[in-house]
Amino acid sequence: MLDKFALLGFGPGGWGWALLQGAAITISIALATLPFGLALGLIVALCKRSESIVLRAFATVYTTVFRGVPELLTLYIIYFGIQIVVQKIWSGFSIPPFVAGMVALGMVLAAFSSEVWVGALNSIQKGQREAAAALGLSKPQAFRLVVFPQLIRVALPGLGNNWMVLLKETSLVSVITLPDIMFITTRANVVTKEPFLFFGAAMLIYFGFSLISAWGIGRMEKRTNRGYAAFGGTTR
Amino acid sequence: MNWCEYPGYFVGSEVFQNYGCRMFGGLWVTLQLVVISVAVGFAMAVGLAVARLYGPRWAQVAINGYTTFFRGTPLLCQLFLVYYGFGQFRLFWQDIGLWWFFREPFYCAVFTFTINTAAYQAEILRGAIQSIPRGQFEGALALGLHRWSSLRHVILPQAMILALRPLGNELIVMIKASAIASLVTLFDLMGATRLAFARSFDLSIYLYAALIYLALTELIRRVWDRLELRLTKHLAMR
Repeated sequence: MLDKFALLGFGPGGWGWALLQGAAITISIALATLPFGLALGLIVALCKRSESIVLRAFATVYTTVFRGVPELLTLYIIYFGIQIVVQKIWSGFSIPPFVAGMVALGMVLAAFSSEVWVGALNSIQKGQREAAAALGLSKPQAFRLVVFPQLIRVALPGLGNNWMVLLKETSLVSVITLPDIMFITTRANVVTKEPFLFFGAAMLIYFGFSLISAWGIGRMEKRTNRGYAAFGGTTR
Repeated sequence: MNWCEYPGYFVGSEVFQNYGCRMFGGLWVTLQLVVISVAVGFAMAVGLAVARLYGPRWAQVAINGYTTFFRGTPLLCQLFLVYYGFGQFRLFWQDIGLWWFFREPFYCAVFTFTINTAAYQAEILRGAIQSIPRGQFEGALALGLHRWSSLRHVILPQAMILALRPLGNELIVMIKASAIASLVTLFDLMGATRLAFARSFDLSIYLYAALIYLALTELIRRVWDRLELRLTKHLAMR
């Protein structure tokens, strides 16, 4: 029994370092996707609220498509799609799995986070924008200095949820050969024939990440709410 | 020509026509996977949510741990653990006569999806039950209803209406998540599409699969909207 656990260790024949590297890659792809997906989500949300019917239609189609198609399928389409299209121009091209994963997960994240952004944008009263305009701020300035700081507080619980989903979805990127936790444990299983041990270890690593995230998000929510506690706007 | 070849024929796609039957067969597998696991998961979730709120202390702690753990780890990882990991204890399963179950990728996927969705649905139902005002329960007790009947006839019907929308979302999430069943050699819609792509190397087949998934999720979303409208008519919420 003990020599089985040595497989997870850092000694010779141990998979400890490989697992650590996999964990680092999982975290990196999640962290790299987050700003991209959230920014794109905010743009989609602004499109959804725009006066132009073209932009609104684009935003609706975008969210419907990326929320309705399985993430795995989106990942394959982006990975093989970009590859095939670019190879028509430059035949030696192959897309790094990290980039393909980042683009695919980011586009899905954008669709889901845009819903959160729309909800948050709706919660900001019209008077805020009007007051900003009265103070002589331009529209972009009003958004950056007045609306956005307030947006974060309202959007944070929803975005925190999006982050947790994203963290787990990164496991799909292993199918396009990015060496994340799932990929490493799958390979370890092939080599050692100890699937229960390795997939169990992977579960625990992911679970650790989830717990840390939940704690961190809770802290951030508390911080963004600190001026609001007096109105009963406390976090759970 | 079979009926399942017509969609590909009409859109003029040779691959879609050739693999149409496999893909619609795969769609049937996807539907079976999702319907069985969501339905069984729902039955489990009702029990779990009630036990989580009104059960003994140890049950509350255990259920809380169960839901947190399964909601905090990727479904793909859970599926691999069950499909590859449980197979490691073959002798044990043979001893207790369950090997036929864990030998089949389909049953493994159903099993994994069920325990996963049960965790999510239990949390949804717990939230819904908790947001029913306390007075409803107290009122029912004051009228002389037994604790179980107040739960069954007063609390749960109201909670179900609140839970309807998140449950619909969970159903859609499960349809999309079921695509990973293709990674344990199962030929669901995704699996059939991967096969078609591997043989033809024609990317458009993935786009047709995306359209089928999209149509399915969109259909469910609309049906669910109608259902909600019907069930909440008496509340005149909107």
